[in-house]
Amino acid sequence: MLMRHSLIRESKQIMKNYRTKIISNQEISPGYFRMKVLAPGFGENAHPGQFVMFRVQRSLPPLLRRPFGIFRTGFLPADCDGLPPVEFVEIVYKVVGSGTSIMAELHQGDRVELLGPLGNGFDCTSRQGEKILVGGGIGLVPLYMLAGELIENGCSVRLLMGGRSRDDIFAVTEFERLGVETYISTDDGTLGEEGLVTQVLERKLQKYPAAEVYSCGPMAMLNAVHNICLEHNTPLQVSLEESMACGVGACLGCVVKGAGHTEEKPSYLCSCKVGPVFKSQYLDWSALAQNNSDCGGCA
Amino acid sequence: MSELIDKALKRPNLAVEIAGIKLRNPVMPASGTFGYGEEYAPFLDLEKIGAIVTKGLSLKPKAGNPTPRIAETTSGMLNAIGLQNVGIDAFVQHKMPFLRTVNTPVIANFFGNTLEEYGEVAKRLNDIPEIAAVELNISCPNVKQGGIVFGTDPKAASEVVTLVRKYLQKPLIVKLTPNVTDITVVARAVEEAGADAIACINTLTGMSVDIHTRKPRIANCTGGLSGPAIRPVAVRMVHQVVQTVSVPVIGIGGIVTPMDALEFLIVGARAIQVGTANFVDPTAMLTIIDGIEQFCIDEGIDDIHQLIGSLKF
Repeated sequence: MLMRHSLIRESKQIMKNYRTKIISNQEISPGYFRMKVLAPGFGENAHPGQFVMFRVQRSLPPLLRRPFGIFRTGFLPADCDGLPPVEFVEIVYKVVGSGTSIMAELHQGDRVELLGPLGNGFDCTSRQGEKILVGGGIGLVPLYMLAGELIENGCSVRLLMGGRSRDDIFAVTEFERLGVETYISTDDGTLGEEGLVTQVLERKLQKYPAAEVYSCGPMAMLNAVHNICLEHNTPLQVSLEESMACGVGACLGCVVKGAGHTEEKPSYLCSCKVGPVFKSQYLDWSALAQNNSDCGGCA
Repeated sequence: MSELIDKALKRPNLAVEIAGIKLRNPVMPASGTFGYGEEYAPFLDLEKIGAIVTKGLSLKPKAGNPTPRIAETTSGMLNAIGLQNVGIDAFVQHKMPFLRTVNTPVIANFFGNTLEEYGEVAKRLNDIPEIAAVELNISCPNVKQGGIVFGTDPKAASEVVTLVRKYLQKPLIVKLTPNVTDITVVARAVEEAGADAIACINTLTGMSVDIHTRKPRIANCTGGLSGPAIRPVAVRMVHQVVQTVSVPVIGIGGIVTPMDALEFLIVGARAIQVGTANFVDPTAMLTIIDGIEQFCIDEGIDDIHQLIGSLKF
């Protein structure tokens, strides 16, 4: 329990339930959608790596909200009507289950609810140096705000984008516009280099041995990234995706095992409150690798 | 004074009394869905709800079950959290200071692994002046010991209530499991043993399977089913218990909307608890309170007691 408290970095934790409307909802790659939602005041409290709990519709099913990483926040350009610019939060989601299937059918103006910003995001206070971001598929989402902040801090940022095929790679131009150097690899070679994103990571770490790594993606990928970083003695922060009911630390459904967890001295960390971003040394990787549920369950 | 204003405005009286504690309205969270209150403070005014019910407390901190712990099912949620909690010491040290600042009765839910532990926690809770009442959990389906072992056997239930009663001057609410053949038998047993009120129902034991991996969807294999899926079962059981005992009954089970809450009140629940709905909408309880009030206004009811137990056959 002591460890749990020391893990929580200082964050403002100003969260709110927004009863709001969709501004846009578009398919950007087969199965991947990006949705802009009206959210005044959201941006100033949102930190890279935080998430929202999204209520798909007022009626049932689905019963529970779904967690989604924040892609970015921003303002729509002011209209010529003289009204102030409209603030939005944008999420990117992949259609994997009943909840996300309903979301994919939503349109501009539809009423939705979102709770956020939630959780403990990336520690990106570092003011300099080489940063390597590793994102797999939908795991690219929380890396966008992170990349922006790191670049603003004066860091040099390389993004390794991985996916099964080219369909899993999105927002390349947007990342590049931030000033990020991107490297793409796909399992089937339909875009970028053929092979796993972790092969690229190996190479980059040899070239930039002092780099820090940030990663989000499927558990198998995270586990491989963890092992590589361990070998190179590289600091790593990972963003996990667990099924959760509340998103605010009440249901205790989303816990993961912390480093040093044993039957006698169990350590369960709430991925919604202590996480979703963890420094890799605080996690029990053998347990995580075993519980490889690959995020399909939460959506 | 506020009562006079309410009367002048023709606002219905929603205040109820459970086992000697006065609640401003009959709506409170179900244990385990509201943390220790603080978790939900950013989203709703805790001084608007009838009471705060804590996560189940035990003598020692409890880590809970392996993951995955939750799975959504049709209009329901299966969980096997395993009563993870900070333990009574940490509760007093870290959670009570916040709860003291809130002007709403605090009901401490607790459980034990053994009879002795139940007694020990009861003793400790009795010493905390700001705790208005305690809710004795003899109904958790997700832990090997503690909870359900006591809740399914009327004799064991009676024994644990008698013991706890011995150490406790505070009002005692006993929370019952629906996983029995006849809930009225256990209800009668705990009433006779000294319960001041009965809360029912806890979750229904259920199971769900991932057809692709062919594994249970939660690590514990079985879990407790909650949410709207169980509501009709809960209404029936609350009705049965109300017909059986003379102590007040707190209705629980799948309440999401004000209409859901009204069903429980009409069958005779003096108060209700909102569980899974807190996860879906952190402000659900406020919507329910407003909805009950509006219903009373629409129906020309000036006191909620006119509604409680008004079931017609």
